Amino acid sequence: MKTSIALAVSAAFAAVLSPAVQAQTWEPTKNVEFIIPAGTGGGADQMARAVQGIVAKHGLMKQSILPINKAGGAGAEGFLDVKNAAGDPHKIIITLSNLFTTPLATGVPFNWRDLTPVQMLALDNFVLWVNSKTTYKTPKEYLDAVKKAGPGKLRMGGTGAKQEDQIITAAIEQRTGVKFTYIPFKGGGAVATQLVGGHVDSTVNNPIEAVAQWRAGSLRPLCVFDTQRMPYKEKVTKDMSWYDIPTCKSTGLDIDYLMLRGVFMAPGVKPEHVNYYTGLFAKVMATPEWRKLMEDGAFNTTALKGKEYADWVAREEARHVSLMKAAGFIAGQ
Amino acid sequence: MDEIQSLWHGFGVALSPTNIALMFTGVILGVIIGVLPGLGGANGVAILLPLTFGMAQTPGGATSAIILLSCIYWGALFGGAITSILFNIPGEPWSVATTFDGYPMAQQGQAGRALTAAFTSSFVGAFLAVVMITFLSPVVAGFALAFGPPEYFAVYLLTFCAFIGTSKEPPFKTLAAMMLGFALAAVGTDTVTGTLRLTFGSTHLLTGFDFLVAVIGLFGIGEILLTLEEGLEFRGTKAKLNMRVVLETWRELPRYWLTSVRSTLVGCFMGIVPGGATPASFMSYGVARRFSPDGAKFGTGKIEGVVAPETAAHAAGTSALLPMLTLGVPGSPTAAVLLGGLMIWGLQPGPLLFVEQKDFVWGLIASMYLGNIAGLIVVLTCVPLFAAILRVPFSIIAPIIIVICAIGSFTVKNAMFDIWMMVVFGILGYLFKKLQYPLAPLVLAIVLGDNAESAFRQAMLMSQGDLSILFANTLVGTMTTLALVLLFWPMISALLAKLRGKPG
Amino acid sequence: MSESPEESGRAAFGQKSAELAVAAFFFAIGAIVIVDSLRLGTGWQEVHGPQPGYFPFYLGLIICVASLVNATRALLVKRADDKAFVEVGQLKLVLTVLVPTAIYAALVTWTGIYAASFLYIALFMRLLGKYPLWKAVAVPAGVIVVFFVVFEQWFKVPLPKGPLENLLGLG
Repeated sequence: MKTSIALAVSAAFAAVLSPAVQAQTWEPTKNVEFIIPAGTGGGADQMARAVQGIVAKHGLMKQSILPINKAGGAGAEGFLDVKNAAGDPHKIIITLSNLFTTPLATGVPFNWRDLTPVQMLALDNFVLWVNSKTTYKTPKEYLDAVKKAGPGKLRMGGTGAKQEDQIITAAIEQRTGVKFTYIPFKGGGAVATQLVGGHVDSTVNNPIEAVAQWRAGSLRPLCVFDTQRMPYKEKVTKDMSWYDIPTCKSTGLDIDYLMLRGVFMAPGVKPEHVNYYTGLFAKVMATPEWRKLMEDGAFNTTALKGKEYADWVAREEARHVSLMKAAGFIAGQ
Repeated sequence: MDEIQSLWHGFGVALSPTNIALMFTGVILGVIIGVLPGLGGANGVAILLPLTFGMAQTPGGATSAIILLSCIYWGALFGGAITSILFNIPGEPWSVATTFDGYPMAQQGQAGRALTAAFTSSFVGAFLAVVMITFLSPVVAGFALAFGPPEYFAVYLLTFCAFIGTSKEPPFKTLAAMMLGFALAAVGTDTVTGTLRLTFGSTHLLTGFDFLVAVIGLFGIGEILLTLEEGLEFRGTKAKLNMRVVLETWRELPRYWLTSVRSTLVGCFMGIVPGGATPASFMSYGVARRFSPDGAKFGTGKIEGVVAPETAAHAAGTSALLPMLTLGVPGSPTAAVLLGGLMIWGLQPGPLLFVEQKDFVWGLIASMYLGNIAGLIVVLTCVPLFAAILRVPFSIIAPIIIVICAIGSFTVKNAMFDIWMMVVFGILGYLFKKLQYPLAPLVLAIVLGDNAESAFRQAMLMSQGDLSILFANTLVGTMTTLALVLLFWPMISALLAKLRGKPG
Repeated sequence: MSESPEESGRAAFGQKSAELAVAAFFFAIGAIVIVDSLRLGTGWQEVHGPQPGYFPFYLGLIICVASLVNATRALLVKRADDKAFVEVGQLKLVLTVLVPTAIYAALVTWTGIYAASFLYIALFMRLLGKYPLWKAVAVPAGVIVVFFVVFEQWFKVPLPKGPLENLLGLG
């Protein structure tokens, strides 16, 4: 019963959300490669594989989606692969913030304008976490402690160097005048574990990376780097839901940052190709599995496409340039 | 005993006819994956993941799904040894150390014996690791939390020092080969600063040199070129083609119980940390070579040289599932994909999994016992079949091997460039082998180099450049000291012998 | 193939020249590594620990020094004691496989892996193994079909394809 409702809803959604459906004449004639410019097990990887699973389970496509990890050079490998596949409609790529940060930090020649924007799937939140054995209850208490300990004495763990986690860290430093020692690790799961083990003092993990440790009582969220609270009111731990985490802004730490989980295609593809995929993702996003994924990972479910999407990406790019310039992360700076 | 009861219940969950059928299917698929270097366990698991989506929604279905996927994992662990022994081509990274003695054994016509030893030790290693998971998981699970960057560096150092010891090759050649390995490992993005190193603007080099490509070239292609020097006629010795070889080998294996125990301990330790199955196999091989009475003959086809790495790799591969389940930290790419699967099925790996999903966890643990038994049955019955491959004439098998190598190199990163690199590494492998440049330290350096350097530099960031962090607590201090002792063991043992020589 | 056994038993390269060539290779690699690490910074910073080029710099240095030692040791071998590194006959055999393998690797780029593999195995069997034509066609055909089924259909791992597959609609 539930499924049939979901299917009806999804059909309705597809009809409402994609007026291009009627014009959709093209469909894939072979398997579609879904490039992931990150390693196995990370957030982008999980999302791409979830899409693969949902498409297969509901038979949304005659051909299959094949996720392929191309993580080399902080994702440059994957982006260059798509950039060089001009006109190929059987290749899509999921992005994270390295769409902006990698070319800026390493000077590898690519830009999001080299690709064709398809669809924003969701935005990933960032939460400031500390170990629950500490006494910090608010960002202010923690940041005061950082200040008091002296520059570089407390450690912020994060994924990768000169990427989103370090950008947020640098933004906190600029806003508040504290100084962390930033320690880069290879994956979000490892970062959360390092925090539980007490090897770092705080992290800015995505919700999905830290939720298990939070539920087990090992970690404590201090605030979320979004302009509004996360909308999920179901209890995650005994007494807290995602909604109960205050925004950093409301606690006096005026920083907001969201990470793009969006889909792009190769340059030079035809509009019907793009239309096909926006139609497909509209169907994917209407499934109960997708909603569950959004809730488990406490995602911000903004899902733009077309010009709005491109405009959003352009604004975000400009913001990354200024954030990274301020932090001194730009190659050859 | 709570555990026994839960386990018993778990067997009840796992032992349905459907689940047993899934186990054998999984193992067979896994063996295929293990044999072909182009398919990693991660591939198999990733491809079947969507299939299990529907499965996980029926009652008890999540257990069936994870049984299927984890059996692929067992199968791949078993299968990796096959091509290592037969053709000197490791099907999976953790079977590189198996080539050192396994391949010489096959050349001496003992392929059946080597395969039996490999499979049996794999089974023993995994079995003991599952026993440990069954009874010690709450104790051990927290252990991984004690590992920060300095501890990881100490583990890598320990692996390295355990493996590098007295080598027969000229010291400066060993040094050059080893440093070449480290240099190759440094190519690509630097984890700590995010800058590109040694890429010289080439987009092919962005990803660095993959260990598997280097190994396929150095070992696989290099070996074929060496074999060619002796002519094209097939000189393969007749391998025994009946099951007797299995029983004969079994009679011999209990003699190496000490090696097995030591290797299991090394494997479990490396799995829980999680340091990975590949370093575990190298470390175990190194330790066995050092402490076996036959140590000097390692590398010439000693059965112990097969037992040690296989036991450790399997023990590590199995115990790596523990940090994955309890901490959500995957010990291998395959484990990472499994982890994604758990989440899609609505299970949240983490400290609470053992409490909230008792049925699932104990069903999984029970399936580890059963899956390994299923795996052993499958691979052992195939020993004569595998050994028979060696009877195929060289001029048929050689081009097929080269094609398999090319596919394997390509699929690592879907890059044509890697097929070229494979040929280059093949030529290097041929030259190095003939000129006595040792290959083992080179590949070990490629495996460990990048991780070891990152861990070291993370540790230095933590301590603000103070080396004493490597002795900052008992855990890291013990490991660092142990590593140094192992490194200087030849000198220390010489000194001890001298002291003993002049008693009183 | 018509020379006397004496001819094919002659040394194509001496051990000494091979040693020197490989030592030179190592030296070149070491030098390349040093050059790039100088760009990255080779220092040990007070707070951050080693810079990105710190380890590569010393790696490169050790490689260069070790290769010089190896070269010197090779030079010290007297001409009379120089052994054959590889005999002409052996080298021919090695090259008869190495050269086609290199061509095969290049061919994969144009034709995809299946067509190139078919040609490679077929020619290898026909020319080196002297198998009858039907065998030299049947075996590689069987092999590539098995690979196609295992990789593309079972495990959905796309391997490189070329014009032929596109023509057949398999691409």
